[in-house]
Amino acid sequence: MQSGARLGLILLLMPILLWLSLLILIPHIDMFLVSLRERVGVGQYETSFANYLTFFQEPLYLWTFLRTATMSITATIITLIIAFPVSYYIAKIARGRTRSALFLLCLVPFWVSELVRTFGWMILLRETGIISNLLQWAGLVSGPVEMLYNDAAIMVGLVYTSMLFMVVPLVTTLESLPDEVIEAGYDLGGSTLSVMREIVIPHAAPGIVSGSIVVFMLSLGNYLTPTMLGGKDSLWFTELIYSQFIVRFNWELGAAFGFMLLLLSSLIVWGMLRLTGQTLERTMG
Amino acid sequence: MIPSIPQPKALQAAYTAYVVVFFIFLALPLVVVAAFAFNDSQFPSLPWEGFTWGWFFGDTRPMIGAFHERGILRAIGTSAFVAVGVSALSVAVGLSNAFLFNRYRFRGQGVLYIFMLLPLVVPGIVLGISILVFSSRVANIAWDMSQWDIEALRPGLTLVILGQFSFIATIATLVIGARLQKFDRTLEEAAMNLGAGRLTAVRTVTLPYLAPALIGAFVVAFLMSFENFNTTLMLVGSDAPLTIAMFDRLKEGSTPLLNAVSLLLMLGSSLLALVMIAFQRKG
Repeated sequence: MQSGARLGLILLLMPILLWLSLLILIPHIDMFLVSLRERVGVGQYETSFANYLTFFQEPLYLWTFLRTATMSITATIITLIIAFPVSYYIAKIARGRTRSALFLLCLVPFWVSELVRTFGWMILLRETGIISNLLQWAGLVSGPVEMLYNDAAIMVGLVYTSMLFMVVPLVTTLESLPDEVIEAGYDLGGSTLSVMREIVIPHAAPGIVSGSIVVFMLSLGNYLTPTMLGGKDSLWFTELIYSQFIVRFNWELGAAFGFMLLLLSSLIVWGMLRLTGQTLERTMG
Repeated sequence: MIPSIPQPKALQAAYTAYVVVFFIFLALPLVVVAAFAFNDSQFPSLPWEGFTWGWFFGDTRPMIGAFHERGILRAIGTSAFVAVGVSALSVAVGLSNAFLFNRYRFRGQGVLYIFMLLPLVVPGIVLGISILVFSSRVANIAWDMSQWDIEALRPGLTLVILGQFSFIATIATLVIGARLQKFDRTLEEAAMNLGAGRLTAVRTVTLPYLAPALIGAFVVAFLMSFENFNTTLMLVGSDAPLTIAMFDRLKEGSTPLLNAVSLLLMLGSSLLALVMIAFQRKG
């Protein structure tokens, strides 16, 4: 390599190495180290797995963890089921201007902060909210109904919040499937169902995987939606992390929780990539 | 099911209806938020008490509008300050990364690329706490060793900027890298044949070509920073950006003031998105 090119390489490597090491790699290692500290006295610590033991022995922590995971998986599946037909419509049925208009319409809500979106659902779902009033006006119910502060409300919020991240990759992969291939499927005697199963879905697999990974990740790490739409009993794991760090100032336990969340999300992302034969570069890059 | 394959009319109608319902679902919360910004009532809920501009321009209690509410205005300023910082950093590092991955081949490049993508699959709150833990450790060490208090490493705007930058830089890299990939390298060589140095060629040929992507990355970074909540929540000090300030108010109970601020946010971000689309059309 010429010396000029070598210097260029070194100069371009500096920012990325600084960024990844100082803001990603070392902080995560440090978080793990902190999670291994056990407070044995004032300012005295020992290395142990005590925090993890606490996590596994306290039913509330473990239960919240599992609940967050299952609800995030459910939210991902629901989002996929809702988004797929819409993405297919945008990519394969709508034409020209309609297509770009519909696609743009999908993007608009997501330029607005998550807080505003969740706030909108609060106005809709609460006891004095629009839907409750509408139902009373239509005579379907006799008094105000509270639709906020339960798991269904959290689910609506999660699905709504992450919809875009499913629609965009799906539309992109579906657009790259030539219409002729679908026609050929029908010509060969396929039914709508078999064409979907054997042509469209396998082709869209990378989009399905990347969409699902992002939606799952966002749901798992969501704080706003579960806190605002969920009731007192519907805890989310991120709320536990927040309270350990900010309210109780128990960073050791909080770091252990954070590490468990990271472990869970990495495992699921890795598992999904393995299961479908995708790579991170293909789905994210 | 594509237009060239005939389908029963009923099925087609049902499908179209489904898509329509989907878009109503998408629009509903935003429309509701916008509409109640004009309700002449203390609460953003029915009954409708009549139309008012008060939640924007009102200056007397109980109706202090968004343009007269100091706390909110300050929070908007804080958010804008943070967003500009994050965008500038992200675009600079993103540009450097794009060149690194596009122009050089080196050992470990594949691994580095995967590392570069990782921040996208780490939950925002974990990014936040890991940076919080590490920065306070550094600050404590500095204090123990030399009684030197590094204010920037305590929760506050510097940490918020760094925390948001830690994952927005990835997005900036992807946006800029995508356009650099389409660049025709022979143009740069032509410039060098005409006597330009390497840096001059990059400055006069490549960077103008990248301009739409740079602006796009800046706007995306700005919007993402402006609406970020999770990472910010863990790193925020006494100056709260808008999302945090609004969250604190929401916990105490909401007034249509929050609707008014939300509507302004919607207008602002749509405007920015339009600017970006216009630039990308031109490029």
